[in-house]
Amino acid sequence: VRPVYVAGVGIHAFGRFSDTSVTALGTHAVRAALKEAGVGRGGFQAAFCGTVYSGVAAGHKVLTSLGLSGVPIVNVEAGCASGGAALALAAAQVGSGQHDRVLVFGMEKMPRGIIRSSFFEPWREEAGLAATPAYFALRAQRLMLESDVTLADLARVSEKNHRHGVANPYAMYRKAISADEILASPVVCEPLRLLMLCSPNEGAAAVVLSATPTGTPVRVAAVALRSHLGGSVLGEHTPMSGAADHPVPAPTEMAARDAYEAAGVSPADLDVVELQDTDSGREILSAEELGLCPKGGGGRWVRDGGGEMGARLPVNPSGGLLSKGEPLGASALGQIVELTWQLRGAADQRQVAGARVALAHTVGRGANACVAVLTR
Amino acid sequence: LFVADPEAPRLIGGSCQVCGKSHFPRGPVCPYCGADACVEARFGPDGRLALFTVVTSRPPGYRGPVPYGFGVVELPGGLLVVSRLAESRFDCLRPGLAVRLAIEPLFTDEEERPVLAWVFRPEAS
Repeated sequence: VRPVYVAGVGIHAFGRFSDTSVTALGTHAVRAALKEAGVGRGGFQAAFCGTVYSGVAAGHKVLTSLGLSGVPIVNVEAGCASGGAALALAAAQVGSGQHDRVLVFGMEKMPRGIIRSSFFEPWREEAGLAATPAYFALRAQRLMLESDVTLADLARVSEKNHRHGVANPYAMYRKAISADEILASPVVCEPLRLLMLCSPNEGAAAVVLSATPTGTPVRVAAVALRSHLGGSVLGEHTPMSGAADHPVPAPTEMAARDAYEAAGVSPADLDVVELQDTDSGREILSAEELGLCPKGGGGRWVRDGGGEMGARLPVNPSGGLLSKGEPLGASALGQIVELTWQLRGAADQRQVAGARVALAHTVGRGANACVAVLTR
Repeated sequence: LFVADPEAPRLIGGSCQVCGKSHFPRGPVCPYCGADACVEARFGPDGRLALFTVVTSRPPGYRGPVPYGFGVVELPGGLLVVSRLAESRFDCLRPGLAVRLAIEPLFTDEEERPVLAWVFRPEAS
Protein backbone atom coordinates (compact mmCIF):
# COMPACT_ATOMS: atom_id res chain seq x y z
CA VAL A 1 0.00 0.00 0.00
CA ARG A 2 1.46 3.38 -1.00
CA PRO A 3 1.09 6.61 1.03
CA VAL A 4 -2.04 8.74 0.58
CA TYR A 5 -1.84 12.53 0.90
CA VAL A 6 -4.33 15.35 1.27
CA ALA A 7 -3.93 17.52 -1.82
CA GLY A 8 -6.65 20.04 -1.06
CA VAL A 9 -9.52 20.77 1.32
CA GLY A 10 -12.64 22.89 1.15
CA ILE A 11 -15.59 23.58 3.42
CA HIS A 12 -18.95 25.30 3.40
CA ALA A 13 -19.72 26.69 6.86
CA PHE A 14 -22.06 24.56 9.01
CA GLY A 15 -25.34 26.27 9.93
CA ARG A 16 -28.75 26.94 8.42
CA PHE A 17 -28.92 28.30 4.87
CA SER A 18 -32.55 28.31 3.81
CA ASP A 19 -31.89 29.79 0.36
CA THR A 20 -29.10 27.36 -0.54
CA SER A 21 -29.73 23.89 -1.97
CA VAL A 22 -27.72 20.90 -0.80
CA THR A 23 -26.22 20.74 -4.29
CA ALA A 24 -25.00 24.32 -3.93
CA LEU A 25 -23.52 23.56 -0.49
CA GLY A 26 -21.62 20.60 -1.93
CA THR A 27 -20.53 22.58 -4.96
CA HIS A 28 -19.02 25.28 -2.77
CA ALA A 29 -16.88 22.82 -0.82
CA VAL A 30 -15.86 20.78 -3.87
CA ARG A 31 -14.74 23.84 -5.82
CA ALA A 32 -12.64 25.07 -2.91
CA ALA A 33 -10.92 21.69 -2.48
CA LEU A 34 -10.24 21.25 -6.19
CA LYS A 35 -8.90 24.79 -6.45
CA GLU A 36 -6.51 24.24 -3.57
CA ALA A 37 -5.36 20.95 -5.08
CA GLY A 38 -4.91 22.66 -8.45
CA VAL A 39 -7.12 20.03 -10.01
CA GLY A 40 -9.83 20.45 -12.61
CA ARG A 41 -11.66 18.36 -15.12
CA GLY A 42 -9.75 15.13 -15.71
CA GLY A 43 -7.68 15.68 -12.57
CA PHE A 44 -9.35 13.00 -10.47
CA GLN A 45 -10.43 9.52 -11.44
CA ALA A 46 -13.27 8.83 -8.98
CA ALA A 47 -15.49 10.60 -6.47
CA PHE A 48 -17.23 9.49 -3.28
CA CYS A 49 -19.98 11.56 -1.68
CA GLY A 50 -21.10 11.02 1.92
CA THR A 51 -24.69 12.01 2.56
CA VAL A 52 -27.81 10.69 4.32
CA TYR A 53 -30.80 12.92 3.54
CA SER A 54 -29.89 14.27 0.08
CA GLY A 55 -31.84 11.77 -2.02
CA VAL A 56 -31.05 10.06 -5.31
CA ALA A 57 -27.69 10.61 -7.04
CA ALA A 58 -26.88 13.59 -4.82
CA GLY A 59 -23.15 13.55 -5.49
CA HIS A 60 -23.77 13.21 -9.22
CA LYS A 61 -25.79 16.42 -9.15
CA VAL A 62 -22.89 18.32 -7.60
CA LEU A 63 -20.32 17.13 -10.14
CA THR A 64 -22.75 17.49 -13.05
CA SER A 65 -23.33 21.13 -12.10
CA LEU A 66 -19.57 21.69 -12.27
CA GLY A 67 -19.04 19.86 -15.56
CA LEU A 68 -16.94 17.27 -13.75
CA SER A 69 -19.01 14.13 -14.30
CA GLY A 70 -17.87 11.14 -16.29
CA VAL A 71 -15.77 9.57 -13.55
CA PRO A 72 -17.29 6.93 -11.27
CA ILE A 73 -19.34 8.70 -8.57
CA VAL A 74 -20.57 6.75 -5.54
CA ASN A 75 -22.89 8.10 -2.87
CA VAL A 76 -22.13 6.67 0.55
CA GLU A 77 -24.49 6.38 3.52
CA ALA A 78 -23.25 5.21 6.91
CA GLY A 79 -25.17 7.39 9.37
CA CYS A 80 -23.04 9.90 11.27
CA ALA A 81 -19.92 8.21 9.83
CA SER A 82 -21.00 8.68 6.17
CA GLY A 83 -18.19 11.09 5.34
CA GLY A 84 -15.71 8.81 7.09
CA ALA A 85 -16.92 5.86 5.04
CA ALA A 86 -16.51 7.88 1.85
CA LEU A 87 -12.98 8.81 2.96
CA ALA A 88 -12.16 5.15 3.67
CA LEU A 89 -13.23 4.12 0.16
CA ALA A 90 -11.31 6.97 -1.49
CA ALA A 91 -8.15 6.34 0.55
CA ALA A 92 -8.26 2.65 -0.35
CA GLN A 93 -8.41 3.47 -4.06
CA VAL A 94 -5.42 5.80 -3.91
CA GLY A 95 -3.47 3.59 -1.51
CA SER A 96 -3.96 0.50 -3.64
CA GLY A 97 -2.77 2.26 -6.76
CA GLN A 98 -6.11 1.95 -8.52
CA HIS A 99 -6.29 5.74 -8.89
CA ASP A 100 -3.79 8.57 -8.39
CA ARG A 101 -6.29 11.19 -7.28
CA VAL A 102 -9.78 10.80 -5.80
CA LEU A 103 -12.29 13.43 -4.71
CA VAL A 104 -14.26 12.81 -1.53
CA PHE A 105 -16.94 15.13 -0.27
CA GLY A 106 -19.85 15.17 2.12
CA MET A 107 -22.89 17.38 2.36
CA GLU A 108 -26.18 17.58 4.19
CA LYS A 109 -29.28 19.63 4.65
CA MET A 110 -30.92 18.11 7.70
CA PRO A 111 -34.69 18.37 8.03
CA ARG A 112 -35.87 20.81 10.69
CA GLY A 113 -37.56 19.83 13.93
CA ILE A 114 -37.49 16.33 15.34
CA ILE A 115 -36.05 14.34 12.51
CA ARG A 116 -37.95 11.38 11.17
CA SER A 117 -35.50 8.62 10.39
CA SER A 118 -36.31 5.58 8.28
CA PHE A 119 -34.02 3.73 10.69
CA PHE A 120 -37.04 3.25 12.94
CA GLU A 121 -39.78 0.93 11.65
CA PRO A 122 -43.36 2.24 12.00
CA TRP A 123 -44.10 0.00 14.98
CA ARG A 124 -41.12 1.47 16.84
CA GLU A 125 -42.31 4.99 16.04
CA GLU A 126 -45.84 4.17 17.24
CA ALA A 127 -44.47 2.73 20.47
CA GLY A 128 -42.60 5.98 21.19
CA LEU A 129 -39.22 4.38 20.62
CA ALA A 130 -38.02 6.79 17.88
CA ALA A 131 -37.01 9.36 20.50
CA THR A 132 -33.38 9.81 19.46
CA PRO A 133 -32.25 12.17 22.28
CA ALA A 134 -33.61 9.70 24.83
CA TYR A 135 -31.02 7.13 23.75
CA PHE A 136 -28.27 9.70 24.24
CA ALA A 137 -29.75 10.43 27.66
CA LEU A 138 -29.73 6.76 28.68
CA ARG A 139 -26.14 6.46 27.54
CA ALA A 140 -25.19 9.52 29.60
CA GLN A 141 -27.06 8.13 32.60
CA ARG A 142 -25.19 4.86 32.26
CA LEU A 143 -21.87 6.75 32.34
CA MET A 144 -23.07 8.48 35.51
CA LEU A 145 -24.20 5.22 37.15
CA GLU A 146 -21.18 3.14 36.18
CA SER A 147 -18.48 5.74 36.77
CA ASP A 148 -18.10 9.03 38.61
CA VAL A 149 -19.25 11.23 35.70
CA THR A 150 -21.49 13.98 37.10
CA LEU A 151 -24.02 16.38 35.65
CA ALA A 152 -21.44 19.13 36.17
CA ASP A 153 -18.95 17.15 34.05
CA LEU A 154 -21.48 16.98 31.21
CA ALA A 155 -21.83 20.76 31.43
CA ARG A 156 -18.04 21.23 31.43
CA VAL A 157 -17.68 19.32 28.15
CA SER A 158 -20.20 21.56 26.44
CA GLU A 159 -18.65 24.67 27.99
CA LYS A 160 -15.23 23.64 26.61
CA ASN A 161 -16.44 22.94 23.10
CA HIS A 162 -18.46 26.15 22.92
CA ARG A 163 -15.40 28.08 24.11
CA HIS A 164 -13.31 26.45 21.36
CA GLY A 165 -16.00 27.17 18.76
CA VAL A 166 -15.74 30.93 19.27
CA ALA A 167 -12.58 30.90 17.13
CA ASN A 168 -14.08 28.83 14.30
CA PRO A 169 -15.57 30.91 11.46
CA TYR A 170 -17.21 27.75 10.04
CA ALA A 171 -19.14 26.89 13.22
CA MET A 172 -22.87 27.52 13.70
CA TYR A 173 -22.55 28.74 17.29
CA ARG A 174 -19.65 31.04 18.11
CA LYS A 175 -20.53 32.14 21.60
CA ALA A 176 -18.93 31.06 24.86
CA ILE A 177 -21.52 29.59 27.23
CA SER A 178 -20.90 29.07 30.95
CA ALA A 179 -21.51 25.75 32.68
CA ASP A 180 -24.21 27.44 34.74
CA GLU A 181 -26.04 28.58 31.60
CA ILE A 182 -25.77 25.08 30.19
CA LEU A 183 -27.18 23.54 33.37
CA ALA A 184 -30.00 26.11 33.38
CA SER A 185 -31.04 25.40 29.77
CA PRO A 186 -34.25 23.36 29.29
CA VAL A 187 -34.15 19.65 30.08
CA VAL A 188 -34.59 17.68 26.85
CA CYS A 189 -34.25 14.21 28.36
CA GLU A 190 -32.76 13.83 31.84
CA PRO A 191 -29.84 14.25 32.39
CA LEU A 192 -29.28 16.09 29.10
CA ARG A 193 -30.01 19.81 28.84
CA LEU A 194 -30.60 21.54 25.51
CA LEU A 195 -27.10 23.06 25.48
CA MET A 196 -25.53 19.62 25.98
CA LEU A 197 -26.87 18.42 22.61
CA CYS A 198 -25.63 19.29 19.13
CA SER A 199 -27.99 20.71 16.51
CA PRO A 200 -28.61 18.86 13.26
CA ASN A 201 -27.94 21.41 10.50
CA GLU A 202 -26.48 21.99 7.03
CA GLY A 203 -23.05 22.16 5.51
CA ALA A 204 -20.48 20.53 3.26
CA ALA A 205 -16.80 19.60 3.22
CA ALA A 206 -14.48 18.19 0.57
CA VAL A 207 -11.03 16.64 0.40
CA VAL A 208 -8.85 15.69 -2.58
CA LEU A 209 -6.68 12.64 -1.91
CA SER A 210 -3.54 12.10 -3.97
CA ALA A 211 -0.65 9.67 -4.27
CA THR A 212 1.68 12.66 -4.67
CA PRO A 213 2.69 14.89 -1.72
CA THR A 214 2.37 18.64 -2.25
CA GLY A 215 3.09 21.75 -0.15
CA THR A 216 3.16 20.82 3.55
CA PRO A 217 2.32 17.17 3.02
CA VAL A 218 -0.47 15.84 5.24
CA ARG A 219 -0.67 12.10 5.05
CA VAL A 220 -3.78 9.99 5.60
CA ALA A 221 -1.98 7.35 7.65
CA ALA A 222 -5.07 5.22 8.31
CA VAL A 223 -8.83 5.20 7.88
CA ALA A 224 -10.65 2.42 9.70
CA LEU A 225 -14.37 1.77 9.49
CA ARG A 226 -16.21 -0.74 11.65
CA SER A 227 -19.80 -1.69 12.42
CA HIS A 228 -21.20 -3.02 15.67
CA LEU A 229 -21.17 -6.53 17.02
CA GLY A 230 -24.27 -8.03 18.62
CA GLY A 231 -25.08 -6.77 22.08
CA SER A 232 -24.48 -3.42 23.76
CA VAL A 233 -28.11 -2.39 24.09
CA LEU A 234 -27.19 1.26 24.33
CA GLY A 235 -24.81 1.28 21.42
CA GLU A 236 -25.56 3.57 18.51
CA HIS A 237 -27.38 0.70 16.85
CA THR A 238 -30.15 0.83 19.42
CA PRO A 239 -32.96 -0.07 19.04
CA MET A 240 -31.88 -2.96 16.86
CA SER A 241 -31.18 -5.20 19.78
CA GLY A 242 -33.31 -5.03 22.88
CA ALA A 243 -30.72 -7.65 23.50
CA ALA A 244 -28.52 -8.80 26.32
CA ASP A 245 -25.68 -6.44 27.07
CA HIS A 246 -22.79 -8.84 27.28
CA PRO A 247 -19.38 -7.23 27.00
CA VAL A 248 -18.42 -6.69 23.39
CA PRO A 249 -16.09 -4.00 22.03
CA ALA A 250 -17.94 -0.94 20.71
CA PRO A 251 -17.53 0.03 17.02
CA THR A 252 -15.33 2.96 18.05
CA GLU A 253 -13.00 0.69 20.02
CA MET A 254 -12.64 -1.66 17.06
CA ALA A 255 -12.08 1.14 14.54
CA ALA A 256 -9.56 2.83 16.86
CA ARG A 257 -7.61 -0.38 17.31
CA ASP A 258 -7.47 -0.90 13.54
CA ALA A 259 -6.46 2.71 12.89
CA TYR A 260 -3.75 2.83 15.56
CA GLU A 261 -2.27 -0.41 14.25
CA ALA A 262 -2.36 0.65 10.59
CA ALA A 263 -0.83 4.06 11.35
CA GLY A 264 1.70 2.67 13.83
CA VAL A 265 0.70 5.11 16.54
CA SER A 266 -0.86 4.95 20.01
CA PRO A 267 -3.04 7.46 21.88
CA ALA A 268 0.13 8.81 23.54
CA ASP A 269 1.40 9.92 20.11
CA LEU A 270 -1.63 12.07 19.29
CA ASP A 271 -1.34 15.87 19.27
CA VAL A 272 -4.90 16.86 18.38
CA VAL A 273 -8.25 15.04 18.16
CA GLU A 274 -11.64 15.79 16.63
CA LEU A 275 -14.18 13.33 18.01
CA GLN A 276 -17.92 12.66 17.94
CA ASP A 277 -19.70 14.86 20.49
CA THR A 278 -23.34 14.47 19.50
CA ASP A 279 -23.97 15.21 23.15
CA SER A 280 -21.70 15.88 26.13
CA GLY A 281 -21.88 12.28 27.27
CA ARG A 282 -20.84 11.05 23.85
CA GLU A 283 -17.61 13.09 24.04
CA ILE A 284 -16.69 11.43 27.34
CA LEU A 285 -17.54 7.98 26.00
CA SER A 286 -15.64 8.68 22.76
CA ALA A 287 -12.56 9.74 24.75
CA GLU A 288 -12.72 6.49 26.73
CA GLU A 289 -13.32 4.30 23.68
CA LEU A 290 -10.46 5.95 21.77
CA GLY A 291 -8.13 5.36 24.72
CA LEU A 292 -7.56 9.07 25.40
CA CYS A 293 -8.30 8.34 29.06
CA PRO A 294 -8.82 5.13 31.02
CA LYS A 295 -12.16 3.28 30.81
CA GLY A 296 -14.32 4.71 33.55
CA GLY A 297 -11.91 7.63 33.89
CA GLY A 298 -13.84 10.05 31.69
CA GLY A 299 -15.20 12.10 34.56
CA ARG A 300 -11.76 12.57 36.03
CA TRP A 301 -10.43 13.42 32.56
CA VAL A 302 -12.99 16.21 32.20
CA ARG A 303 -12.38 17.59 35.70
CA ASP A 304 -8.61 17.62 35.06
CA GLY A 305 -9.15 19.81 32.01
CA GLY A 306 -8.75 16.97 29.50
CA GLY A 307 -9.26 18.08 25.92
CA GLU A 308 -8.90 21.81 26.65
CA MET A 309 -6.77 23.98 24.39
CA GLY A 310 -3.45 24.03 26.20
CA ALA A 311 -3.96 20.54 27.67
CA ARG A 312 -1.60 17.71 26.69
CA LEU A 313 -4.10 16.63 24.02
CA PRO A 314 -6.66 19.21 22.82
CA VAL A 315 -9.97 17.60 21.79
CA ASN A 316 -12.34 19.32 19.37
CA PRO A 317 -10.39 22.56 18.84
CA SER A 318 -12.96 23.31 16.11
CA GLY A 319 -15.64 23.48 18.80
CA GLY A 320 -16.90 20.01 17.92
CA LEU A 321 -20.40 19.22 16.79
CA LEU A 322 -21.72 21.05 19.85
CA SER A 323 -20.50 24.32 18.29
CA LYS A 324 -20.54 23.44 14.60
CA GLY A 325 -23.80 21.51 14.48
CA GLU A 326 -24.02 18.15 12.73
CA PRO A 327 -24.70 17.88 9.00
CA LEU A 328 -24.44 14.07 8.91
CA GLY A 329 -22.69 13.49 5.58
CA ALA A 330 -20.34 16.45 6.04
CA SER A 331 -19.33 16.17 9.69
CA ALA A 332 -16.54 13.60 9.33
CA LEU A 333 -14.95 15.44 6.41
CA GLY A 334 -15.30 18.72 8.30
CA GLN A 335 -13.01 17.10 10.88
CA ILE A 336 -10.53 16.14 8.16
CA VAL A 337 -10.51 19.73 6.87
CA GLU A 338 -9.90 21.08 10.38
CA LEU A 339 -7.14 18.57 11.12
CA THR A 340 -5.44 19.21 7.78
CA TRP A 341 -5.27 22.88 8.73
CA GLN A 342 -3.96 21.92 12.17
CA LEU A 343 -1.18 19.80 10.67
CA ARG A 344 -0.26 22.51 8.17
CA GLY A 345 -0.09 25.04 11.01
CA ALA A 346 -2.88 26.99 9.33
CA ALA A 347 -5.64 26.79 11.96
CA ASP A 348 -5.31 30.43 13.04
CA GLN A 349 -6.51 31.01 16.61
CA ARG A 350 -7.46 27.35 16.95
CA GLN A 351 -3.93 26.17 16.21
CA VAL A 352 -2.51 23.41 18.40
CA ALA A 353 1.19 24.30 18.38
CA GLY A 354 3.42 21.84 16.57
CA ALA A 355 0.70 19.29 15.86
CA ARG A 356 2.08 16.33 13.88
CA VAL A 357 -0.35 13.46 14.58
CA ALA A 358 -4.12 13.96 14.47
CA LEU A 359 -7.12 11.70 14.92
CA ALA A 360 -10.68 12.11 13.59
CA HIS A 361 -13.60 10.08 14.92
CA THR A 362 -17.24 9.72 13.99
CA VAL A 363 -19.79 7.19 15.21
CA GLY A 364 -23.48 6.87 14.68
CA ARG A 365 -26.49 4.95 13.60
CA GLY A 366 -25.96 1.62 12.00
CA ALA A 367 -23.87 1.38 14.07
CA ASN A 368 -20.82 2.66 12.25
CA ALA A 369 -17.63 4.12 13.57
CA CYS A 370 -14.81 5.68 11.57
CA VAL A 371 -11.39 6.55 12.94
CA ALA A 372 -8.83 8.31 10.73
CA VAL A 373 -5.24 9.18 11.60
CA LEU A 374 -3.52 12.04 9.76
CA THR A 375 0.19 12.80 10.08
CA ARG A 376 2.68 15.35 8.85
CA LEU B 1 -44.57 -8.43 19.52
CA PHE B 2 -46.57 -9.28 22.62
CA VAL B 3 -49.33 -11.38 24.17
CA ALA B 4 -52.14 -9.04 25.17
CA ASP B 5 -53.59 -11.22 27.91
CA PRO B 6 -54.34 -8.84 30.83
CA GLU B 7 -53.69 -11.65 33.35
CA ALA B 8 -50.45 -12.79 31.74
CA PRO B 9 -48.96 -10.13 29.44
CA ARG B 10 -45.75 -11.21 27.72
CA LEU B 11 -43.25 -9.91 25.18
CA ILE B 12 -42.56 -12.34 22.34
CA GLY B 13 -38.87 -12.75 21.61
CA GLY B 14 -36.49 -15.46 20.63
CA SER B 15 -33.95 -17.66 22.33
CA CYS B 16 -30.95 -19.15 20.54
CA GLN B 17 -30.44 -22.90 20.91
CA VAL B 18 -26.77 -22.57 20.02
CA CYS B 19 -25.38 -19.65 22.06
CA GLY B 20 -28.22 -19.46 24.58
CA LYS B 21 -28.79 -15.73 24.22
CA SER B 22 -32.21 -14.13 24.08
CA HIS B 23 -33.45 -11.32 21.88
CA PHE B 24 -36.51 -9.13 21.40
CA PRO B 25 -38.40 -8.73 19.14
CA ARG B 26 -38.16 -12.16 17.64
CA GLY B 27 -35.93 -12.38 14.56
CA PRO B 28 -35.31 -15.12 12.00
CA VAL B 29 -31.75 -15.81 13.23
CA CYS B 30 -29.80 -15.12 16.38
CA PRO B 31 -28.49 -11.53 16.25
CA TYR B 32 -25.45 -12.60 18.29
CA CYS B 33 -24.11 -15.73 16.67
CA GLY B 34 -26.09 -15.87 13.42
CA ALA B 35 -27.39 -19.36 14.18
CA ASP B 36 -30.61 -20.37 12.46
CA ALA B 37 -31.76 -22.16 15.59
CA CYS B 38 -33.98 -19.77 17.53
CA VAL B 39 -37.18 -20.75 19.25
CA GLU B 40 -39.92 -18.44 20.41
CA ALA B 41 -39.50 -17.27 23.98
CA ARG B 42 -41.87 -15.19 26.08
CA PHE B 43 -40.63 -12.58 28.51
CA GLY B 44 -42.19 -10.78 31.45
CA PRO B 45 -44.15 -9.58 33.16
CA ASP B 46 -41.72 -8.70 35.98
CA GLY B 47 -38.57 -6.72 35.45
CA ARG B 48 -36.18 -4.23 36.97
CA LEU B 49 -35.54 -0.72 35.72
CA ALA B 50 -31.91 -0.38 34.61
CA LEU B 51 -31.82 3.06 32.97
CA PHE B 52 -34.44 5.74 32.48
CA THR B 53 -35.22 9.21 31.26
CA VAL B 54 -38.32 11.22 30.37
CA VAL B 55 -39.19 12.16 26.78
CA THR B 56 -40.48 15.72 26.80
CA SER B 57 -41.38 16.32 23.16
CA ARG B 58 -43.27 14.12 20.76
CA PRO B 59 -41.03 11.88 18.65
CA PRO B 60 -41.94 11.10 15.02
CA GLY B 61 -44.86 8.68 14.57
CA TYR B 62 -45.84 8.62 18.25
CA ARG B 63 -49.43 9.53 19.09
CA GLY B 64 -49.59 8.78 22.80
CA PRO B 65 -49.32 11.22 25.70
CA VAL B 66 -46.24 13.39 26.28
CA PRO B 67 -44.19 13.55 28.46
CA TYR B 68 -43.57 9.87 28.99
CA GLY B 69 -41.00 7.75 30.76
CA PHE B 70 -38.50 5.86 28.65
CA GLY B 71 -35.91 3.38 29.73
CA VAL B 72 -34.18 0.05 29.67
CA VAL B 73 -35.80 -2.77 31.61
CA GLU B 74 -33.90 -5.89 32.63
CA LEU B 75 -35.95 -9.06 32.49
CA PRO B 76 -35.13 -12.33 34.25
CA GLY B 77 -32.44 -14.11 32.27
CA GLY B 78 -30.67 -10.85 31.47
CA LEU B 79 -32.67 -9.68 28.47
CA LEU B 80 -32.64 -5.88 28.23
CA VAL B 81 -35.59 -4.21 26.53
CA VAL B 82 -35.93 -0.57 25.52
CA SER B 83 -39.41 0.49 26.55
CA ARG B 84 -41.86 3.24 27.27
CA LEU B 85 -42.58 3.60 31.00
CA ALA B 86 -45.96 4.35 32.58
CA GLU B 87 -44.34 6.81 35.00
CA SER B 88 -43.41 10.19 33.49
CA ARG B 89 -42.05 11.85 36.64
CA PHE B 90 -38.27 11.48 36.60
CA ASP B 91 -38.03 11.78 40.37
CA CYS B 92 -40.29 8.74 40.79
CA LEU B 93 -37.87 6.52 38.87
CA ARG B 94 -34.68 4.95 40.18
CA PRO B 95 -32.26 2.20 39.15
CA GLY B 96 -33.44 -1.24 40.23
CA LEU B 97 -37.07 -0.24 40.58
CA ALA B 98 -39.44 -3.22 40.19
CA VAL B 99 -41.61 -2.75 37.09
CA ARG B 100 -44.37 -4.84 35.54
CA LEU B 101 -45.34 -5.28 31.90
CA ALA B 102 -48.75 -4.10 30.72
CA ILE B 103 -50.33 -4.14 27.27
CA GLU B 104 -52.61 -1.14 26.94
CA PRO B 105 -54.30 1.06 24.33
CA LEU B 106 -51.90 3.88 23.45
CA PHE B 107 -53.94 5.85 20.92
CA THR B 108 -56.90 5.52 18.55
CA ASP B 109 -56.17 5.14 14.86
CA GLU B 110 -57.97 6.73 11.86
CA GLU B 111 -60.63 4.01 11.94
CA GLU B 112 -61.33 4.66 15.63
CA ARG B 113 -59.63 1.43 16.63
CA PRO B 114 -57.49 1.38 19.76
CA VAL B 115 -53.83 0.60 19.04
CA LEU B 116 -52.19 -1.48 21.74
CA ALA B 117 -48.62 -1.04 22.92
CA TRP B 118 -46.50 -2.40 25.71
CA VAL B 119 -45.37 -0.35 28.66
CA PHE B 120 -43.64 -1.08 31.96
CA ARG B 121 -45.25 0.31 35.10
CA PRO B 122 -43.51 0.71 38.47
CA GLU B 123 -44.97 -1.83 40.90
CA ALA B 124 -45.74 0.73 43.57
CA SER B 125 -47.58 3.29 41.46
